Amino acid sequence: MSQYEVTFAGFGGQGIMTAGQLLAYAGIEEDKQVAWIPSYGPEMRGGTAYCTVVISDIRIGSPIISNPQCACVFNRPSFDKFTPLVKSGGLVIVNSSLIDVTTDRTDVDEILVPANEIAMKAGNAKAANVAVLGAFIGATGVVSFDTIKRIIKVKMAHKKAVLEINYHMLDEGRKLALKTLGKKAKG
Amino acid sequence: MAKVLMKGNEAIAEAALRAGAEGYFCYPITPQTEVAEYLSKRMSEVGGMFLQGESELAVANMLFGAASTGKRVFTTSSSPGISLMQEAISYMAGAELPAVIINIMRGGPGLGGILPAQADYFQAVKGGGHGDYRTLVLAPSTVQEAVDLTMLCFHLAQKYRNPVMMIGDGMIGQMMEAVEFPESYEEPPLPSPDEWAATGARNRKARIIKSLFLDPVGLENNVLILEKKYQQMIREEVRCESYKISAKNKILIVAYGTMARICQTAIDELEADGVSVGLFRPISLYPFPEKEILREATRKNIKSVLTIEMSMAQMMEDVERAIQGRRPVHFYGRSGGIVPTPEEVKEQVHKLLSAKRHSSKKKS
Amino acid sequence: MAVDSKTIFDRPVALRDVVTHYCPGCTHGVIHRLVSEALDELGLRERTCGVAPVGCSVLCYNYFDTDFMEAPHGRAPALATGFKRMRPEMIVFTYQGDGDLASIGMGEIVHAANRGEKFTTIFVNNAIYGMTGGQMAPTTLSGQITTTCPAGRDTSHTGQPIRVAELLSALVTPGYIERVAVHTPAHILNAKKAIRKAFTLQRDNKCYTLVEVLSTCPTNWGNTPGEAVEWLDENMIKYFPLGCYKDYVEPEGS
Repeated sequence: MSQYEVTFAGFGGQGIMTAGQLLAYAGIEEDKQVAWIPSYGPEMRGGTAYCTVVISDIRIGSPIISNPQCACVFNRPSFDKFTPLVKSGGLVIVNSSLIDVTTDRTDVDEILVPANEIAMKAGNAKAANVAVLGAFIGATGVVSFDTIKRIIKVKMAHKKAVLEINYHMLDEGRKLALKTLGKKAKG
Repeated sequence: MAKVLMKGNEAIAEAALRAGAEGYFCYPITPQTEVAEYLSKRMSEVGGMFLQGESELAVANMLFGAASTGKRVFTTSSSPGISLMQEAISYMAGAELPAVIINIMRGGPGLGGILPAQADYFQAVKGGGHGDYRTLVLAPSTVQEAVDLTMLCFHLAQKYRNPVMMIGDGMIGQMMEAVEFPESYEEPPLPSPDEWAATGARNRKARIIKSLFLDPVGLENNVLILEKKYQQMIREEVRCESYKISAKNKILIVAYGTMARICQTAIDELEADGVSVGLFRPISLYPFPEKEILREATRKNIKSVLTIEMSMAQMMEDVERAIQGRRPVHFYGRSGGIVPTPEEVKEQVHKLLSAKRHSSKKKS
Repeated sequence: MAVDSKTIFDRPVALRDVVTHYCPGCTHGVIHRLVSEALDELGLRERTCGVAPVGCSVLCYNYFDTDFMEAPHGRAPALATGFKRMRPEMIVFTYQGDGDLASIGMGEIVHAANRGEKFTTIFVNNAIYGMTGGQMAPTTLSGQITTTCPAGRDTSHTGQPIRVAELLSALVTPGYIERVAVHTPAHILNAKKAIRKAFTLQRDNKCYTLVEVLSTCPTNWGNTPGEAVEWLDENMIKYFPLGCYKDYVEPEGS
């Protein structure tokens, strides 16, 4: 990997910006170059919120990423907006709790994560973003699970119970990713 | 110190404190309000003064009063707010006061928008306010560089006793990158502010901090004192960087700030396609790296220069002036908060190369 | 004789021994003297910084013997805010006319007063723009003739003159606001008391203080110094009543 770009998109309150920041922190922890680029427009008040994270082994150039390798989409408007932008050969991670369609693109992988359902079941509806993050890391290996676990512990989960839920979410996401991609590889 | 992930605006705020800023005056405006939010907490921790004023007009004049004490003070704002500050900036230049003003630029004119732009180049570099004066202007292209240049701004403001500006587009303020703060802030020695600041007429004559000289001889004299400082800036404060400049380049791109990073990506991708392009990035916009651009642009292999901006051919005027007609200078830019993509940059380079092939065919 | 002589009247130390540019009959000189006396008596001169306005008193930095800043038109309260906030141990005063304070600088004075900035404003109200040659000010009286209302101020067109002391007294924060005049010896003595009180409150770090001083402008009013004194007495005081509009009250428990 020399550079990896991923866009997280959804609506306000879904932890979009946080998911991106956790990934960026993990990148720094692994001595990589990182940039976290938010959307800051009128749309941050009510509409689609998104951020792009760039993780690189070399100095990061453009913070304008028109075509990321991966899009993690948390709601339908984000699915519609970002799925077509993913680079050919890339990846789309779809929050299937809120998005009832799948992509008809055949040149990208697609992982469906019922993030809200997993989170509710685990007892913390707010942790849906971490399930998607787990799926992303499981599918790409851009950073290691050990690193992201450390970051989650330091940055957000000071209570043991909260931490355990988040670790559980990461794991659920990862399992789904491996299952989806593994199946595909076999088939 | 370890690297931390910080938003540009917050990193700028922290850098200012580490460069010894003791006073910060502000008025909220997107996309730089995080500086104020950050300092509303942090300033009191370091024993400094945080004050939100009633307007940018008042804030800049508070800065004027605060700078007269000799302490390190600064403000941040965005384009429309910076317009309101021009009055005090002109007065501070005239009265020889050190102050740091940071503009996280958004698109204009007028209320414009809130997305990133570089459209305040003329305002920053060519004066902004009335009268014969200059502000020293620096432009970072990464969050780390925003930290480094913010700290440098405080030194330069004291060194020249002149307003110093840093201009970054909204992207620099809003994006997060890893930054590292130096363990301690070190700078070359400076004259003590006690030699000029208003500290009370105890055991010395009363001091008057002013820009009013009703006698034209006196005013011209003051302007000449300022001019001498600007000449010193031209000798000592030019800063620039080049990227992939080589004898294989046919085109030299000139860009600054975020735009320069986008051009870097385009240049990397062009290189992979076998097209060699170099980038010249001014870091100081005043003084402008004229000699340095002229040298790079007039190398034998360079056929033309392409200036790329998030504004409408503003810096291009300085590039043309520097190159003195010795190479054709082309322009590409977007405005209003639209940022050119690496693809657009590449397209411009290809256009220029094919036009050249076309014209050389014609000649033969 | 010399051995027995005793100085009973002299120039205040805070006032320089220079000739001012003010017109004959203008009361800026008296007000300068009262401010200087107060600074001398309270022993504040060596830690004072004044802020000069734009207007007739723009050059007052040449007359006071304290550190001084010269502000853009109307912005003296903003400069004073920035200065005092950085050096609270200093004594800071703005010296502003009616055009400077009540027209172009209305925003700055209201907010500085409302924040309770601990400096003193000497507000000189002579109901006209002096320096630019007698134009209508926000304090110009109804019917008063100026070069920009040659038929007399028509308040249906320009509104009624602004009563600054009353206006600022409507704010909750400011601590001490008084209107005085300097056209008779008795008034001068009262004005001195008010100015001294303002600087005393500032010295004790109590509150924002403003003294509005009704002043004459015979040159632009188009009368003699004697007539100007009468005109002020008969017309200005009626519309701008003298008195203390807001007096400092110690907060409970202190």
